[in-house]
Amino acid sequence: MIPEIGHFALILALCVAAVQGTVPIFGAASGNASFMAVAKPAARGQFLLVLIAFCCLGYAFADKDFSVLYVAANANSKLPLHYRLAAIWGAHEGSLLLWTFILTLWMMAVTLFSKHLPDAMRARILGVMGLVSLGFLLFMLTVSNPFERLIPAAPDGRDLNPLLQDPGMVMHPPMLYMGYVGFSVAFAFAIAALLGGNLDAAWARWSRPWTTVAWCFLTVGIALGSGWAYYELGWGGWWFWDPVENASFMPWLAGTALIHSLAVTDKRGGFKVWTVLLAILAFSLSLLGTFLVRSGVLTSVHAFATDPKRGLFILVFLAVVIGGSLLLYAWRAPRVGLGGGFDPVSREAMLLVNNVLLVVAMASVLLGTLYPLFLDALGLGKISVGPPYFDTVFVPLMTPALFLMGIGPLAQWKKASLPDLALRLRWAFGVSVATAVLLPVVLGKWTPLLSLGLLLALWIVTTAVVNIRERLTRLEGAGLVNRLASIPRSYWGMILAHCGIAVFIVGVTMVKGFETEQDVRMNVGDHATIGGYTFQFDGAKDLVGPNYIAARGTFRVTKDGHDVTVMYPEKRRYMVQSQTMTEAAIDSGLLRDLYVSLGEPLEAGAWSVRLYHKPFIDWIWGGCLIMAVGGVLAITDRRYRLAWRREQEVPVAASQPVEASIV
Amino acid sequence: MIRIWTLMVVLTMAGVAAAQEARPLAENPQVEARLKVLAVELRCLVCQNQTLADSNAPLAEDLRREVREMIAKNMSDQDIINFLVERYGDFVLYRPPLRATTTVLWIGPFLLLAVAGTVLIMALRRRQKTLPDVVVSDADHERVVQLLSDGAKHP
Repeated sequence: MIPEIGHFALILALCVAAVQGTVPIFGAASGNASFMAVAKPAARGQFLLVLIAFCCLGYAFADKDFSVLYVAANANSKLPLHYRLAAIWGAHEGSLLLWTFILTLWMMAVTLFSKHLPDAMRARILGVMGLVSLGFLLFMLTVSNPFERLIPAAPDGRDLNPLLQDPGMVMHPPMLYMGYVGFSVAFAFAIAALLGGNLDAAWARWSRPWTTVAWCFLTVGIALGSGWAYYELGWGGWWFWDPVENASFMPWLAGTALIHSLAVTDKRGGFKVWTVLLAILAFSLSLLGTFLVRSGVLTSVHAFATDPKRGLFILVFLAVVIGGSLLLYAWRAPRVGLGGGFDPVSREAMLLVNNVLLVVAMASVLLGTLYPLFLDALGLGKISVGPPYFDTVFVPLMTPALFLMGIGPLAQWKKASLPDLALRLRWAFGVSVATAVLLPVVLGKWTPLLSLGLLLALWIVTTAVVNIRERLTRLEGAGLVNRLASIPRSYWGMILAHCGIAVFIVGVTMVKGFETEQDVRMNVGDHATIGGYTFQFDGAKDLVGPNYIAARGTFRVTKDGHDVTVMYPEKRRYMVQSQTMTEAAIDSGLLRDLYVSLGEPLEAGAWSVRLYHKPFIDWIWGGCLIMAVGGVLAITDRRYRLAWRREQEVPVAASQPVEASIV
Repeated sequence: MIRIWTLMVVLTMAGVAAAQEARPLAENPQVEARLKVLAVELRCLVCQNQTLADSNAPLAEDLRREVREMIAKNMSDQDIINFLVERYGDFVLYRPPLRATTTVLWIGPFLLLAVAGTVLIMALRRRQKTLPDVVVSDADHERVVQLLSDGAKHP
């Protein structure tokens, strides 16, 4: 009964989406206020309906209702409750439901925080989001229904893929989808502006915070995924340039470009046409990512089902969304006026160059990801495109972008002077170069890449310091505290996010340069030393988990005779799918991680063991987190808070002139 | 009783004697170092997407052993790669070799950068021409300075 309610809620949501996707847009075009007013209740209603559907599926999992095909395929009576709930997005059908649910969540947010928008604009935005939702609901109800019954019911379920039975599964997909789907708001803003023909600074100002929020979620989502791969896959890698990782990285690159381009449109009125294109691109890549991952075109742990009907629907849907918006763009964009002029040396120009580099980098990732598929489809042979390719291509593209990242925030808008910049940055440059050359020598190993990585990281940090100092000296008078407080949060957000990149680069550089590993066979009592730490193997014991059995090793770690920690790596065998999993033991620290994973049992209680010493690896995820915090800081800027407060004071019914209600 | 004690002491001693520096799995560290460099560029053919270095699959283990043997026979890296490509095709390489079919893959990113750069420069030039020249007279300039300083006095 409950699954049928969920199914029915989805059908109703489809009907509401159809109304939401057409009536308000038509109303906005014809100036009919009552048609436009449909958008808000429709969006809220849709949110409620999809929420009901989502809860129904959750209930079916919690209740172990194995008469639902999807539940039977992805859960088991022995699977703990939190993983049963996370199993909602454990496969194709459910993840699409999650996607749609998050889309309606964003819609709900738009209805709550859009009182300052002109009615027509809001109607168009919600209308566009309704159309996207319509596509997804149609997809679910025709070829990918999570509520499909299995009659007769299965006695027990096939269980969730053991790889996914991890706390990472609870957080990573929702975060990632919040990011992916969040770009639909920026996309809807862009399409609405194209439809209304009012691409102006106000449009950029409105869509900026939405884009930044989505970007923060995506950043955290990707970092979580990477961290999960690091400890779950058992070989200590954190990024593999796997097609699935790339699918999430491409919208991130486009979104990063979009954030910067929006800043120019907001502040200087420039780049409008380019910004709109980026908004369309970022969301298109999110869609492409979702479908690439979920369609089974790419073979990986994330791909679930291969069904030609689904593939066809996906292809048509992508063609309609991407093709349609690009057509609209081609039709409308040429009418958009130019913004203020700027010199080849100016902050605008540098941001533009950075944008181009980011987009080219994104295109390279796309090329590398899809190339093997195309070659295979054309019958030209099978090839693999892996980390060596992406490293070769990505590093030279990103290096100038990171270098510009240091200069851009210091350059003046409109017209900057190179000699002046050089003068202001000479210390930052000198310090960075000297440290980058000498530090690796001090640490005992010098490679060009090591120096390059450190140089870029130091450059970003030192230029940020110069930037803050200049900003403080410009605010004469007042005490330091007052001066610090008078700097807007969006500025701190920018500085922090950039420093996050620097922290990230330090992590990548140090771990690539200095990580050490050992493959050893250890008898009980044997010890091995790596990175100054001595690991003593105290044997492995059998262990019974809720739905697996495991061998659990005990390693006592000492350094210079002092106890450091005891580590318990496991080798698990999940019963239902009879799959073996390596659960590495990790001791995390600010400056290093120790990582132990059990290989195979050898004779007489001995095991093959992999030991890693990974310096600075947590800086990789720390950097991502700092970036996201920077983004959060930027959107809590005073002007957004003021706008929000003013919004609370505006009576809902009053339709004020736009200019008056924004900062 | 004494016998039991002796036995226990002997057993403990044996335990101590057995506890030693763990042996590397690889018999020859030099071979292993070369294998490591090679294996990160090679694909585990039965895995979803893992390098030969990272995979625990039995087939990967077999292949690693074969590569070890080839290294021990003093074959050069290039010889080993040629041998593997001959047997398994380009699929085994994570760094696709430059061939007619992969030209676009390797040249593409940099070609794209060149094209994007050129388009950017041309668009900016054209834009510079179409933008109306705003002439700021000295009088205007003074007025701006005046307004700005006024603003500073009366916030």
